Amino acid sequence: MSNTNKSEWPLWEVFIRSKAGLDHKHAGSLHAADAQMAIENARDVYTRRMEGVSIWVVESSNIHASDPDEADSLYDPANDKIYRHPTFYNLPDEVKYM
Amino acid sequence: MSNKKSLLDYTLRLADGGLILGHRLGEWCGHGPVLEQDIALTNTALDHLGRARSLYQYAAEQFNQLPADQKTNVFTSVSIQNIISSGASIDEDDLAYLRDGWDFRNELLLEQPNIDWAYTVARSFFYDTFNYFFFTALEKSKDASIAAIAEKSLKEVTYHLRWSSEWVVRLGDGTDESHARMQKAVNELWMYTGEMFIMNETDTSMVGEGIGVDLAAIKPLWMARVRAVLEEAAIDIPADAWMQQGGREGRHSEHLGYILAELQFMQRAYPGMEW
Repeated sequence: MSNTNKSEWPLWEVFIRSKAGLDHKHAGSLHAADAQMAIENARDVYTRRMEGVSIWVVESSNIHASDPDEADSLYDPANDKIYRHPTFYNLPDEVKYM
Repeated sequence: MSNKKSLLDYTLRLADGGLILGHRLGEWCGHGPVLEQDIALTNTALDHLGRARSLYQYAAEQFNQLPADQKTNVFTSVSIQNIISSGASIDEDDLAYLRDGWDFRNELLLEQPNIDWAYTVARSFFYDTFNYFFFTALEKSKDASIAAIAEKSLKEVTYHLRWSSEWVVRLGDGTDESHARMQKAVNELWMYTGEMFIMNETDTSMVGEGIGVDLAAIKPLWMARVRAVLEEAAIDIPADAWMQQGGREGRHSEHLGYILAELQFMQRAYPGMEW
């Protein structure tokens, strides 16, 4: 527990796979002393109503996020690039799932 | 004791163990050291209660099938006597809420108070280890109901044992204070561990029938597992000492009375109430 003070367990992000074949989805976060305890805590906190068949935990400090203040420059430029979407094709009626 | 009485006694002992430990663990609800462990313990408490329910239902079924003249001398409780004399059947709730303390068959270990996290962990660890080997053997019971309950319970108990073993190691191999508390809890509760392996008349009868478990065969397995975990936790194993016993015969510590007072008050004061 090098990166926390003594009285506080580090925060972990929990990802749950709800059934085989699906992706792990972010379920929430919790405190635990180490990875093993984090998995067990996640089992007790996030899978007690049969939500999952697999658990990933990642210490929250290991997740690097984009800066919300930079949202304008990061995401807005995609708004007017409609040619990046395949919306100019006429699909035959028989093709239902595109 | 007839085999039917032995099976009833055996079923009740297993049920009472689940109810009483489940109640003790449930006392942590809202008081856990951290939210995550609060939920972990209440999950476990509900596992114990769930097992107790299945066993009480089976016990009630057995009791209701006894000949009328044999029913009256099983439980002293006036409330249960009234149900019997009215000709009605008893159910799981009657067994949990209306029996008197001396008709409870749980081991003394399970009624010991929570005191602190270390005591709670040690109590569970000793019982979880016992349960793990006990239910592994009980899966082969010739009694189909008992075997089915054992099979379901073993999955839960396997997790309970993992949880409590890890906490023994975390506290034992943790700080000076957590180590001292863990050692104290193990020392103080050790005298209640011997009772789990005593073969009384009921056990002998049930083993003879192929229904119950030979506890003498469980003891070395329990000892080896407990020794391994305590060694990993740097906790000294207490020397052989006088072992308390009596719970399985209905001779309890004073703690059981307080548990039942809280647990049974509503049904005793307002019989048949629902909410």
